[in-house]
Formats: sequence, C-alpha cells, structure tokens
Amino acid sequence: MAEKEVWITGIGLLSSLGEGLDAHWEALGDKRVNADETRLAPYVIHPIGPVSFDAQIPKKGDQRQMETWQRIGTYAAGLALDSAGVKGNQEILSRMDMIIAAGGGERDLTVDMAIMNADAQGKLPPALLNEKLMNELRPTLFLAQLSNLLAGNIAIVHGVCGTSRTFMGEEASGIDAARIAVARIGAGQSDIALVGAAHNGDRGDLLMLYAFGDFALKNQHSSIWSRRNNPGFAIGSAGAFLVMESREHAEARGAKPFARLTKVVADLARRKEPGAVTKSLQAMWPKLGVGDDAVLITGATGAEPATSEERAFLEQHPGLAVRAPGTTFGHTMEAQFPLGLALAALSISRGKLYPGNDPAGFEVEKPGAPTQIVVMGVGHWQGEGMALVEAAE
Amino acid sequence: MAAARDKFGRPIVVVTGMGIVTSLGAGKDDNWKRLTAGESGIKTVTRFPIDSLKTTMAGAVDFVTVEPFSSTSLSQRLAEIATEEALAQSGIGSKGDFPGPMFLAVAPIETEWPQRLEVARAVPKTDFNIIDYLATCSEGGKFTHFHRRFTFGSVALHLAETFGTKGSPISLSTACASGATAIQLGVEAIRRGETDAALCVATDGSVNPEAMVRFSLLSALSTQNDPPQGASKPFSKNRDGFVMAEGAGTLVLESYDAAIARGARILGVVAGCGELTDSFHRTRSAPDGKPAIGCVRKTLADAGMEPNQIDHINAHGTSTPENDKMEYLATSAVFGEHTASIPVSSNKSMVGHTISAAGAVEAIYSLLTLEHQRIPPTINYEVPDPAIPFDVVGNKARDAKVTAVMSNSFGFGGQNASLILTREPA
Repeated sequence: MAEKEVWITGIGLLSSLGEGLDAHWEALGDKRVNADETRLAPYVIHPIGPVSFDAQIPKKGDQRQMETWQRIGTYAAGLALDSAGVKGNQEILSRMDMIIAAGGGERDLTVDMAIMNADAQGKLPPALLNEKLMNELRPTLFLAQLSNLLAGNIAIVHGVCGTSRTFMGEEASGIDAARIAVARIGAGQSDIALVGAAHNGDRGDLLMLYAFGDFALKNQHSSIWSRRNNPGFAIGSAGAFLVMESREHAEARGAKPFARLTKVVADLARRKEPGAVTKSLQAMWPKLGVGDDAVLITGATGAEPATSEERAFLEQHPGLAVRAPGTTFGHTMEAQFPLGLALAALSISRGKLYPGNDPAGFEVEKPGAPTQIVVMGVGHWQGEGMALVEAAE
Repeated sequence: MAAARDKFGRPIVVVTGMGIVTSLGAGKDDNWKRLTAGESGIKTVTRFPIDSLKTTMAGAVDFVTVEPFSSTSLSQRLAEIATEEALAQSGIGSKGDFPGPMFLAVAPIETEWPQRLEVARAVPKTDFNIIDYLATCSEGGKFTHFHRRFTFGSVALHLAETFGTKGSPISLSTACASGATAIQLGVEAIRRGETDAALCVATDGSVNPEAMVRFSLLSALSTQNDPPQGASKPFSKNRDGFVMAEGAGTLVLESYDAAIARGARILGVVAGCGELTDSFHRTRSAPDGKPAIGCVRKTLADAGMEPNQIDHINAHGTSTPENDKMEYLATSAVFGEHTASIPVSSNKSMVGHTISAAGAVEAIYSLLTLEHQRIPPTINYEVPDPAIPFDVVGNKARDAKVTAVMSNSFGFGGQNASLILTREPA
C-alpha cells in the first residue's frame, strides 16, 4: 500500500527570540541571540522572550495550574493550531492525535534548597523529610511537573482530544514523536496530528542533571562550532509545535502546506564505542535519498564528544549548507528536533535559507530557494535521528 | 490457513511471551496462583520511615532489591525480570538480540532524595544556594553516574542494550494508561508492517516518600491503613482512594504470520485498542463519562466487535470514589442491558495500582484469564456500592467461559486507553 504524503500545515514557535513566525524569521535574519550569562552564572542560559500567555491561555485559572514549561508548550501549541487554521474547529480537534515530547516540570527549588540545607546542617533526621514534603509542597505542583500533563493542558485549553501520547527521553523523544506521527499518518492510522515539545531553560533545578555530567555551558556564549575548548550546551527555552496531516486531509479542508515531511528515521548508537555517532549518521543518511548540496539543520548541542562526532560526519559532506540552531536558541532538549523541523518548514515556505550564525565559517551561505532540508538530531548522551523536509508540490 | 489478517486487512497481532512482577511475586505462575486465591500484596511500607504520612501502605515489591536504591533503578530491574520471563516463554530471537523495537512505559524520572542529599552533604558550605550546589554536582566527575541514572532515557537505553532491541526505543508516559499505550504502539507498528515483532514493557518502582506525598496531597490515595490489605476496595461503597504499587509487565507481540512461521505458541490476540482524551480536568473525569464512553467504543470499532461479544471486563477499578463510578457509567452507556451479564473484576484490589505498569500488568492478567477460563476476584468487596451495579466477581475467583476481555485504563491528565484481548484470532 502506497504511503500517504505528510504535510506540515501549521507551525507554532515561542522561544528566547520571541513568538510567532515573522518575529523568528526576522530575528534569524538579523542573527539575533538572546543569551543570559549572569542570571545563573557561571551557566549560560537562553530565557524565554517576553510573552503574554493570555493570548493563547485565556483563563488565569489554567495558567495557575501550570508551571512555565507547560505555559510555553500550551502557548506554542495554540500558535500551531492557529497557523494550521484549525483552532476552535471542534470537529477536527476532537479527532486530532497528539504526540508530545516532554521531560519533567519545574520543582519548587525553595523547598528543595531548604531541605538540603537542613540536611547539610544535620537538622534533617530521616523521618523529617516526609513532614517537610507534606507541609511544604504545593498540592498542584505535581500536576505542573508530570510529563504527560503538558498534553493534558493542551487538551484542556485547546481541546485537542483525539489521542494523547507523551514520549520521554531527552532529545530522542522529539525525534520519535515526529517519526511515529509521520508513520501513523503515512499508513492511514491518523489523519492529522499535533506534534511538539516545550522546554524552559531558566531553571536551576533542571541544570542539576546536566551539571552531574558536566554538560552545561559555562561563562561565555559562543557558536556551537567554536566550543571545542569550552564544550557544553546552554539550556534554551522554546515551545515548538507542528500540525502534520495527510495531503488528502489538508486538501479536503483547503489547507496550504508549509512543506512536506517526507521521512523521519531514528537510531540508538552504541556510544560506548568511539565513532559510533558518526557511523550511525552515515548509516541513516542514505535512507533520506538526498544529494550533498542540500541544506542541513542540526540540533547539535555543543556537548562532547557528540558534537565532534557529528562534525566528522558533516565534514564528509562539504557541500551541505549547515545551520545549528543551538547557537541561537540554546539547547532545548526534547524540543530541539521539532524546532529544527519548524525552521526547515519555515525556510522552505519563505523560499530562502536564513543566514548562518557562526564566526568560524562552518555555516556557509546558500542563495536561492531551498527545496530539500535535512533536519538532524544528535542527543547529548543518546539518540540520533534525521528527517527530510521538502517543498510540497 | 487461518486468517493472517483481521477483517480490516491488517496483520493480526498476537502475544507469544509474557512476563510479570508485582507485589504478589515474580512470574506468571506465582502471580496467577495468588491472584486467583484472592491474596493481597499490599503491606505497610518498610522501605523508608512512614512518620507524618497519611497513607502508610503500598504494594511495594520488596523481594527485589537494588543497590543503591532508587525508584529508577528498581523500575529498571523489575522491567528486566519481566522481560527475561517474556523472552524465555516466547523463544523469539536470541539472547541479547530481539528482532524488533521496544516501547517502554515508565514513570517520569528525576534525581531522587537520597542522591540529592548525597550531593548536598558534599557541598563545602552548610548554607548554600543553587549555584554552590550545581558546582558540587559537576565537581571532578564525582556524580557523573547520577546523570547516567536520572536521564529520562536511561532505563530504555539499558534495556535496549541488554535485550538488543532494534532502532530507537520509545519511553512513554500516559500516566495510568502508560502500559496500555506501550502495547498500542507495538500493535500499530506491526499493523503498519514495519516490524514482525515488538517488545512492549511497562514498569513502575515509584514507592518512595516524595511520590507518596504527591499523590497524597492530591487526595488520591486510600488512608485506610489498617489493615493494609483491606485498603484497596474497588466498587465498594466505602472505597476511599487507590493504593500505590510497583510492578512490571512485558509482552512480546508478533504478527500472526511470523509467530506461526517460527512455530511459536500463541497466548492470545490483541484484537483492538483505542484511546480518547478527556479534556474536562487535570485529575477528574468528565462527569458525563463521554470520553471514556468514546474510548470504549473506539476500541470495539478497532477490533471490529460488538458489545455483546465482550464477556469479561478487566476494569481500571482504582478504588477511588470518582473513577469507579465513572467507569460504571461509561461501561453501562456502551454495553446497555448486556452490562449486567458481564463479569467485572479489578486486579488492583490485590496488587494495588501499579500506575505506569498497570495497563500491561492487567493485560497479562487478562490473557491468563483467557487461558485458564477463570476470572480473578475483586477482594475487599464487602459493602457493594449500589450506584455501581456491575456483576463484580467479589472476593472469590469465578470459573467462566471467556473469549474476549476488555481491559481499561483511565488515568490522570485525561488519558483513557482500552484493549480487547481474545484467545483466538477473530
């Protein structure tokens, strides 16, 4: 049975650069970067740009039930639905599938720090931990933290109610969310799906996990391709959502595509062996069937050794015009691959590739309208994937 | 040749291996024996101090130990045990080489308190802020192993390497429906023809102080601590919340053709799956039960079956006042007069609510019900709720002719998923 064509018919973006497609396109053109080197110094972060959440989350009660990562995601999901022209369309939303890539939400750092300080001062006998948690945790905080409650909030606020699946697992979850959505639509198991992720980088509690592995970028922001001597990622903030649907479904409702999402492949390289990432990318590349003069948007993190192994692959394809949004947006973890897909579809729809942002010159300019853009994701610790975004005929 | 495709022309998906661990024991034999004997795995928690907690019992799996303890490591170990059993029964692939993808239902992962405090004690100050703390986190690679342990993808990475599953393993959470979602993803992949086999794993080792506190603060847990084995009482008038529990379930799914071709024993068929989101509230179901009704209807439609073909319901049956009522409402709306003639039972009365694992654990119990033609009881059914006139299989197992079981999962965040399991291909 022939696979159905999958179109991207909606894009929603909220990030450290602001909100909406025009604002992003302009900021990318101006090579703007919103990085903060002081707020959580020495760690570099990319905080979310100014936004009034009311525009997509009208009820204050809903906003109160969420933490920032969920607000970012619910907001960007609303933008994507608007962009696809399905916002408020009960008939479509009630059968729309949803696949979200998510980590966990904000903890109450004040409570955590008080408990940890008490312990360090010898004032926390084991039994007291329960009492502190029972008395000091906000009851609804749990719901703001649970991975699947971003999807829950999108269902409540926007009415996306067909199915709801939340994938976890850092960068790979964003790749797999797109992969499964495309496979389901391609096979006729789904007509239309909302796919995306959200990440809030302005979080000391989140930095903890990456500090354990010494992955977090310190001191100064720099281009992804210039971090070899000071490797790491600056955690970023973004909500990146896409509406994907079968061509038939889009045409039947008169929706125009930003681009076509032709293929998504994913892998789990056995990284204990040096060079495994490079090999994994080499093995996936022929599955896309693109030439060496295409555009490639990579979710490269700046963390080592992953980024060097990725670069080794890219250097085997010197004709590619490469863009690493990680320089501009920071690393938005689960959202990094959906963000790459969004930027690829946006570039194709605008008939132009935005300029590189890399003083080292690895990102070359490419005039003309791009017709094929490969989106690549290499997790900082595990998970690899690629997608092909093309101009829809 | 028997039907290799279902009535919609899709490959038929069969189960060829199952493995299970719950508070009742490790393995299908032990679980089935104790489940049908009406034994409870719920006990007073001994893993950590229970001072100041409102709920002090759980279905913790204490006979499996991991060192150092973390819920994530326990989840991983439970998943390993269940998967080893499922693979041994299935005989598919070879050791460390499973010929298909993995779908893993697992609780969201965070650094846990023992590890947080271990770092805190290493901070060279006694009055520190988050920046001081972060400096210690990355100092000299002393805590690198916590990154490896507490990334969300860590359990899937370990299992994928151990069992040699193919491609990118998917970790997922749909709250209490996670286990069912893992099975559903496997079914869909086989129906698409992407693979002949899928490893569907669901695990939960979440009995730790913070998890209990959080559910407790949402008033979701039973507080009838004494006796602990009496706490979980689905469909009873005096039910007052669910009981947290641990466990894991693994199913090897295969296309019927692939299973027959290698001479595998077929344990049952996943005839249909369905899901429908409830957007009413973050923790409560729509009062009219419409989303759950839609979920059950979608599942019947996916299986191409009529309501009267279902002869047993393995209920979500959490023992919370609202969820049990809603489940009856939804069921009776779909099954009408037939509702009264469907025996219904909730395994959670004995094993508690294994949360992320529940959908898979209960699918396995459903398949064992089909195999043994015997329905496990709902224990603690002393005061039936007149508002829930199900034919509850109360307190004693019941022999019955069972050809098709519906297994329901209705969870937090509006996550509804149902499965239909049958003995033979339709």
